[in-house]
Order: sequence, then C-alpha cells, then structure tokens
Amino acid sequence: MNNSIAEPMQPVPYRIQGFERETHDTFTLELKAADKVSQPGFAPGQFNMLYVFGMGEVPVSISSDPADPESIKHTTRVVGTVTKAMNTLKPGDTIGVRGPFGSSWPLELGRGKDVVVIAGGIGLAPLRPALFELLAHRQRYHRIILLYGTRTPRDILFKRDLKRWRSHFDLEVYITVDRAMGAWQGNVGVVIKLIPRAPFDPSNAIALICGPEVMMRFSLEALQQRGIGNENIFVSMERNMKCGLGFCGHCQYGPHFVCKNGPVFRYDRIEPIFRKAEV
Amino acid sequence: MKTLEAPLREHPFFQGLSDSHLETIAGCGRNIQFTAGETIFREGEEADYFYVIRHGRVALDIHGAHRGAITIETVEAGEIIGWSWLVPPYRWRFSARAVVKTRAIALDGRCLRGKCEQDYQLGYELFKRFAHVFSERLDHTIIQLLDIYCENPVKKSKR
Repeated sequence: MNNSIAEPMQPVPYRIQGFERETHDTFTLELKAADKVSQPGFAPGQFNMLYVFGMGEVPVSISSDPADPESIKHTTRVVGTVTKAMNTLKPGDTIGVRGPFGSSWPLELGRGKDVVVIAGGIGLAPLRPALFELLAHRQRYHRIILLYGTRTPRDILFKRDLKRWRSHFDLEVYITVDRAMGAWQGNVGVVIKLIPRAPFDPSNAIALICGPEVMMRFSLEALQQRGIGNENIFVSMERNMKCGLGFCGHCQYGPHFVCKNGPVFRYDRIEPIFRKAEV
Repeated sequence: MKTLEAPLREHPFFQGLSDSHLETIAGCGRNIQFTAGETIFREGEEADYFYVIRHGRVALDIHGAHRGAITIETVEAGEIIGWSWLVPPYRWRFSARAVVKTRAIALDGRCLRGKCEQDYQLGYELFKRFAHVFSERLDHTIIQLLDIYCENPVKKSKR
C-alpha cells in the first residue's frame, strides 16, 4: 500500500491472514502485505480498493484499529460479483490492495467535546476505527456515545466489540433494530429514534454519521432539531468509486470526488447537494 | 395525596399545556405498573386507554400467521403508547407488552373524549400532540418499510 504515491493504480499483493464471518451476509478479511514492504498506516474512515484477481476491484472500508496497521481488516457485505468472490477467499489466498484513500473522521475536532457516533447497518465498519481511536485517547473527549441501528438482531455487526464497549463506563452504547422476533429484549425502531434521547450536549458536540443515505438524512434532521450545527456534523458518503484518486470521475458528487475529497465530508460543505436526487 | 398533574407536566408529550388542561387530563388518569412480560393490551381489543410511559420499556407487537409476534417498535420513558382510543372503531391496532418492569399513567380514552367534546381547546391541544406522534411514527414506518439496510439492488451486479 505504500506504493500509493509512486504507483497508485497498481495493486500490491496482500495475503489473507484471517477470515471472519460477522453476520449471515457480512465478513471481515484480515490482510498482511505478501512481500516485505512496510504496511502504511491509515486514518479512521479511509478505505482501500481491494482487487480479487480475475473478478474486479471494489472499495472496502477499513474496519480495524489504526494503532495496529500490521493487521489491517476490511469488513464488507456480499452484494455483487466481486464481494461474492471475496466471500470465498481463505487464509493464505492473495488479494490486491490499493490505498488507503480518502478523507478521515476529524476526531481532533472532538477534543473537549461530546462525540456522537451514529451508525446504520454496515456503516458501523468505517466508524469502528474511529471508536478504537476515541477509546485509545479517552481523556481527550467528554461523552462518547454510539447509536447503532440495523435490520434485525442477527444483522448486528462486531458483536464482541459491542459487548466489550457496553461494559465500558466511559462509552455509552445504544443499539436498535428495525424489527425483531423472539428473545430480543433491546430497542426496536429506527436509529433516528435514539437521537432525541441520547445524552449529549448539542452545543458542545460533534457527530459522525455513516449508513444508508435515507438513514443519514433523517439523522441529520434529528441532530439539527437537537441543535448541533451543520459544521459539527460529518457524514461518510458512498458512490461508485473506481480509481480512488479523483481522476476517473465515477464518484463525482457535485463539485467533489467522493474517493478523494470524501468519503467523509463536513455536512455544511455538501448540504446544498445532499438532498438532490440527481447528484 | 399526590396528584398526577406533576408527572404529566414533566412528561414531554404534555409540555406547554395549561394547568387547567393538565388538571382535566389528570382527572382521567391513574398510575399503573406492569411486570416484565405482562400484556398491556391485545390487538383487536377495545382501546379505552392510552399510556404515558414513565419508566421501563414496552414492545408493540403484531402477530402474523406462522410467524409469531413481530416487534415493530419499542417505546420508553418520555413516550406514549396508544392512539386507537381517538379513532373509531376504537380497537387496538397492535398488541403491547412490557419488556421490563414498566410504570405508566393510564389515561381513560372515553373520559378524555368526553372532556374534549366539552372543551375544544383541550381537544385541539391534544390532537396537535398526537399529530406530532403520528408524523414521527409515519416517518419511522417509511424507513422500516424501505428496508434501508438491505443490499442495494442497483449495485448488486458489480460490487
């Protein structure tokens, strides 16, 4: 990955170190550089282009702890031909990697403030490195609150992390599912519903949001009703990314390229185009 | 004797109501407690009450053949459950059960309907608040119906 400046379009071979099934349709790949190249670090919120040889290349969020760049993890859902092929990879197999690309969660802006992390579905994956980093420097922040919504209890990602984070007294975790049956005793309802009652000070908070755009749209409204300014809200956008360098234009988003200027945007900078269906 | 006006005044649903309206509403209410797992009301039954949740968590369930109870929403302190008492034929659309020990104020819908008929200002104030609840639940229902966490079929072919 440290070839991203010299040969940014050339994938570097990485070995699959581990494969973990997260839910029925999501999985995490743990990667290590196949050659003796030093693995570059990454910032929370960035992504890599993963190339399954003979199948194609897709952008996948980095979901591991940035303090441990030797063991870089990517979490994705099986949604198409490339991720379907990726889902069949085993430890020892090789995959091509380009990156890391894109902007990151501006955690330094949360110093001395409450940090509200709002994740929907697979959107928890790019926020997980941010949570690792926030907890690694816990004293820098006031309250840290995670609001996580997903489809059903069986779709909950990173269950071990969530269980551990819930046992922390310095991280408040609220989980909700859109529907539930059987033994589920937790919240049922959309993640937006958690925002009005989340214990944070809107005048001294930043919010990080990642999830489907409909969920982000309603979350933004709920945050604005609580009184958080648009300049303190950060969203991670998803578009069809190809080159990762802002050259090809596939991921153009108004005047921005999501792969280069994003995926993390300060909301007030994209507000004029955020609700435009044509963009 | 403690009246219900104070807890009603503190509850977000009733914020901004005049003292006289709160007194009228409190006259139709009583404190009630449910143990974990207790059924509060069942789908199809007569809807004579609505509940102001003070502590705990309530699940709203709908029953489907061969699917058992599907929880469509949970409601917690600061929220209310039940608007079927406002809309003929005054039957519950869902079932409700306490997920954990729950304390609430039960407000008699028949009593309140009578008071609203006598005092249209009170009726208007209550309907404004229920309209807000309807609007929020409609938004939430739309999001749930969209099944937004499901894979995006547009991207399915490649990614």
